[in-house]
Amino acid sequence: MKTRYTHGGDEHIYVEIDDEMSLDAFFKSLSMSNAVRDAKIEGVTEICPANASFQVRFDPDVIAPEDMMNRIKELEGLAETTEKRMTTRIVEIPVLYQDPWTHETLMRFRERHQDPSGTDLDYAARINGYDTVADFITAHHSQPWFVSMVGFVAGLPFLYQLVEREKQLQVPKYLSPRTDTPKLTVGYGGCFSCIYSVRGAGGYQMFGVTPMPIFDAEQKVSHLKDFMVFFRPGDIVKWKPIERAEYDEIVTAVDAGTYVPRIAEVEFDLEKFNADMAGTNAKLMEALNDA
Amino acid sequence: MTLKIISHGLSTSIQDLGRPGYFHLGIPIGGAMDRFSLRVANMLVGNPEDAACLEVVFLGPKIEFTKTAIVAVTGAELPARVNGELQESWSSFEVKAGQTLSFDFLKSDARAYIAVSGGIDTPPALGSRSTYPIGALGGIDGRNVETGDELPVGTSSNAKAGLTVAPALRRLPSTPAQLRVLPGLYWHRITEESGEGFFEDEWQVAPEADRMGYRFKGGRPLEFVDREQPFGAGADPSNIVDGCYCYGSIQVPGGKEPIVLHRDAVSGGGYFTLGAIISADMDFIGQLQPHTPVKFVKTDMAGANSARAERKRMLEKIRKELA
Repeated sequence: MKTRYTHGGDEHIYVEIDDEMSLDAFFKSLSMSNAVRDAKIEGVTEICPANASFQVRFDPDVIAPEDMMNRIKELEGLAETTEKRMTTRIVEIPVLYQDPWTHETLMRFRERHQDPSGTDLDYAARINGYDTVADFITAHHSQPWFVSMVGFVAGLPFLYQLVEREKQLQVPKYLSPRTDTPKLTVGYGGCFSCIYSVRGAGGYQMFGVTPMPIFDAEQKVSHLKDFMVFFRPGDIVKWKPIERAEYDEIVTAVDAGTYVPRIAEVEFDLEKFNADMAGTNAKLMEALNDA
Repeated sequence: MTLKIISHGLSTSIQDLGRPGYFHLGIPIGGAMDRFSLRVANMLVGNPEDAACLEVVFLGPKIEFTKTAIVAVTGAELPARVNGELQESWSSFEVKAGQTLSFDFLKSDARAYIAVSGGIDTPPALGSRSTYPIGALGGIDGRNVETGDELPVGTSSNAKAGLTVAPALRRLPSTPAQLRVLPGLYWHRITEESGEGFFEDEWQVAPEADRMGYRFKGGRPLEFVDREQPFGAGADPSNIVDGCYCYGSIQVPGGKEPIVLHRDAVSGGGYFTLGAIISADMDFIGQLQPHTPVKFVKTDMAGANSARAERKRMLEKIRKELA
């Protein structure tokens, strides 16, 4: 890992912790962005942590860009000594894989896809070496995921799977982005899964949909009353495959204001995880089952 | 009082200076594309500079006033009429109760700002009235202004008609437009020759130009420095591990057509960016029509700082003249 500092125009500093994705890079980026927040540097207006990088926006009339860059560089040493562990939560997200809505959409944009002859899941399963789509879907939901970034639009989470690098699923984005993606689509691009928080443009492959809203500007959905955005970096997600009947039941419960997501508080320690991934994941999922 | 929207034009939205502080959640700052013009419009009608105005794209709305108010129209040259009588742009004028504000066809640039004394007084969302339709925030129930809407207006006591901003202080892009760029971010991903070509070529605003971003076409495709793509980045040489995007950053998917992210930017993604438009020139982008010729001009931090100071001086001068 080699940290790279650069100016993004005169109002942003962009810090790339590493050019490749890893949980080590994510933790360092989160620690550094937290250190910048804690330093309460006058003039800072936005601090945005990302997968393996972060960005600080500031008012150059309050602090000069070069001074801002130096202040952030000074905090790198501090972030390196920070322990890579956090108290966080694991959330179960129900997913209807191979749903009718993403299927209709992916057929509509077939000419923008690498393989117009099949579906996004057919393609993803094949290029990742799975014999069947069912096996690929199992690989997608059997181990938990880490929210390594929130953004793109309105509270969209990027998720990175908690498995060895050789087990990571990888798929390219569409050749040319779609102009439409159903709301709450579970997508995939590069090594990241995501949930499209709102309907709109998108380039990720489409695997299914969740009935659980993750963004509500009106804050009427019961689990979004406190804040309109559900996810924050560091959340852990376990996908739960569901059938159409359960999907419909959850939609009804959400509309009635009675849906309660299954959530458990957990500790995540990167060193312990690196030493024993299967064991760490089993404990995380156990906590969810007890919730 | 209220403004009765008799027709909404093409795309009219409520904007102020935006909602900073939520970009880490994918909610952009939003607000006026041309902040200079919005500030000046507010100054002309005695409002705080961050009051909400109407941002009008290409085609003016038609508005009936239920109470007398002072109005100013700045930014793009969109001649205003009150009950048919032509008004000066970049000037304050009175619209009496029952009168109608309408507009001639656009003469130049792209976005006009209509300030009304008291300011548009719709409910703020996350600290701003700016309209962000993707997230259904601000505006009228999260959307743009539509025919039949009635917009509430706040109270005002110190507005007066007859104020005007000197033509030399009306800050708009030149022709062809020059947008100053500070190279950086992932600049190292393209070859030196390609980087020079980017600044030599003449570009044009593409039809895909909106509040989220402006696309440009007409220049040569960029060539990338060879590398083995990092894990998680994706196979295309223009891909990176998804990171944050800056306002004004220039991404070039596939090396083909540059896209400059603007006030309603997506907060991150997986395309490399070669640098960013300096903050002082962001206002100009909002005033560019499709097919307008554009030159990207290379600058450095000293250039960005002096441009920002120059813009600030102009605003200060207008504040003094109107005080």
